[in-house]
Amino acid sequence: MNTIVTLLLRRLGISLVTLLLVSAVVFLITNLLPGDPAQEMLGQAATPEVVEALREKLGLNQPAHIRYLNWLGSLLSGSPGVSLANNMPVAELVADRLPRSLMLAGTTTVVAVPFALFVGIVAAMYHGRRADSIISTAVMFVVAVPEFLVATVAVLIFAVELGWLSAVSYAPQDPTLGQFLATYALPVLTLSLVLVGQMARMTRAALIEQLQQPYIEMAVLKGASPARVVLRHALPNAVGPIANAVALSLSYLMGGVVIIEVIFNYPGIASLMVDSVTNRDFPLLQACAMLFCTGYLILVLMADTAAILSNPKLRK
Amino acid sequence: MNKLYTRLGIAGSVGLSLAGLWLLISLFGPVLAPHGPGEIVDYEVFLPMSAEHPLGTDYLGRSVISRIMDGARFTVGIAFAAALLAALMGTGLGLFSAVSGKAVDESISRLMDALLSIPNKIFALVMIAAFGSSVPLLLLITGITYTPGVYRIARALAVNINQMDYIQVARARGEGRAYLALSEVLPNMIHPMLTDFGLRFVYVVLLLSSLSFLGLGVQPPNADLGSLVRENMSGLWEGAPAIMAPAAAIASLTIGVNLFIDSLRGRD
Repeated sequence: MNTIVTLLLRRLGISLVTLLLVSAVVFLITNLLPGDPAQEMLGQAATPEVVEALREKLGLNQPAHIRYLNWLGSLLSGSPGVSLANNMPVAELVADRLPRSLMLAGTTTVVAVPFALFVGIVAAMYHGRRADSIISTAVMFVVAVPEFLVATVAVLIFAVELGWLSAVSYAPQDPTLGQFLATYALPVLTLSLVLVGQMARMTRAALIEQLQQPYIEMAVLKGASPARVVLRHALPNAVGPIANAVALSLSYLMGGVVIIEVIFNYPGIASLMVDSVTNRDFPLLQACAMLFCTGYLILVLMADTAAILSNPKLRK
Repeated sequence: MNKLYTRLGIAGSVGLSLAGLWLLISLFGPVLAPHGPGEIVDYEVFLPMSAEHPLGTDYLGRSVISRIMDGARFTVGIAFAAALLAALMGTGLGLFSAVSGKAVDESISRLMDALLSIPNKIFALVMIAAFGSSVPLLLLITGITYTPGVYRIARALAVNINQMDYIQVARARGEGRAYLALSEVLPNMIHPMLTDFGLRFVYVVLLLSSLSFLGLGVQPPNADLGSLVRENMSGLWEGAPAIMAPAAAIASLTIGVNLFIDSLRGRD
């Protein structure tokens, strides 16, 4: 038991150090550009005195490492500055958008995970046969094209040809079930499709690795049916690797959601971030980037935790 | 040719043909295209396919096929150069790490791990916000984005090879680090690195066209395949070929390269 706790604590420590490094990288990139943000904000007509005052106010006169520490402190205390684009506190903008993105990601997870497990397990059960190669090819096609293509085709089929769903999603405050389905269906469907592709592929790989173990050969030789071999013998042993695969695939959401929110006009954190790129609104951009990186690191940490917990060699 | 076909299988051959086709289009497209990319050829917008306009017209009445043949240059060219940049930087750093001492190796590896924990799209967005998105910058940005991934694979390979007896012999002979890295380790990892290069190329195509689709990639008047999908979005409601054709172009390029690489890997 103690080895597991030590391992998990060590892993957590590595994540925290990585997060610190990531914050340094984000800060460095967004501060690398020569030129004076104060001058840029005020335009060429501003007098040197005004520019100097703004520099003082923004803390631009301090050396870079002090500014980095200040910025880090403000992030940790939950007040990462004021948006340059509309003068609103970044924390307020983020707090408004974050629940919506979490809702989108959460719904996608609930839809995608069971389906992906099913597809992955079926592919592994028919490993090397026709059903497997059909699934694998379909998965390859989905994973090999950009998300916006999947989204565009989904809109074309469901909104244009069939006219079932609206292509622009906005969630009312208290949606009824019908409204909920109508607004979330297309974004969730598109995100799920790509997610299922990745997850099913990894689930299949994890199961097939188990299927090559000697105890599986034993089960086959004693006459167990292929379905029984996979479900009763291989699956329980593959739970750890599969949980690992699921968490790792979910980290894909951090990138995929960017495209999906923009294409469906979904008012989440990712579309906020894309706007901040267009407006060069750095305080907002930095906060959003750190949110995405933190989410990503948490999912990778969960994946590794699953792997550590499921390793029987570490159990005492 | 027949021998190649049997070696690659059906899927691999289809993949190779698609990849080859796109390579040709990106090299000679602007010369072969029936019209200039900016030329307005018809007053009707979003025309369907016809003999006159093989892939119809776009939202301004320009020839879609000509715009695709012109745009492929940007998609294939930038992606190829960026994948090459990532391969060179990643492999270089990976080799350097593997033959250097523990301190150097650790610090480079930690930094690369940190870069890897920034999702690709987020990293690219931050870089574009800071540096802008001209074609050379996009090349640099996408190249840097995929460097840590290459580094990780290159370092793992190089560390393994570094344990081999012939490396020990070369080291005992008194060869320098540069010689060890370039003449002893590198030639033995070139094959997996080439496969990785193909996959990175696909990743860059996906990232680049996604960025262009968001309006943050290749800027007008130039347009890559992602920008072509974006600018014709209003034709989606009519199911115009102006939006389906560039979409199909991206898909056939990425799927083609994927199929080809899969068939190469299957034999390893």
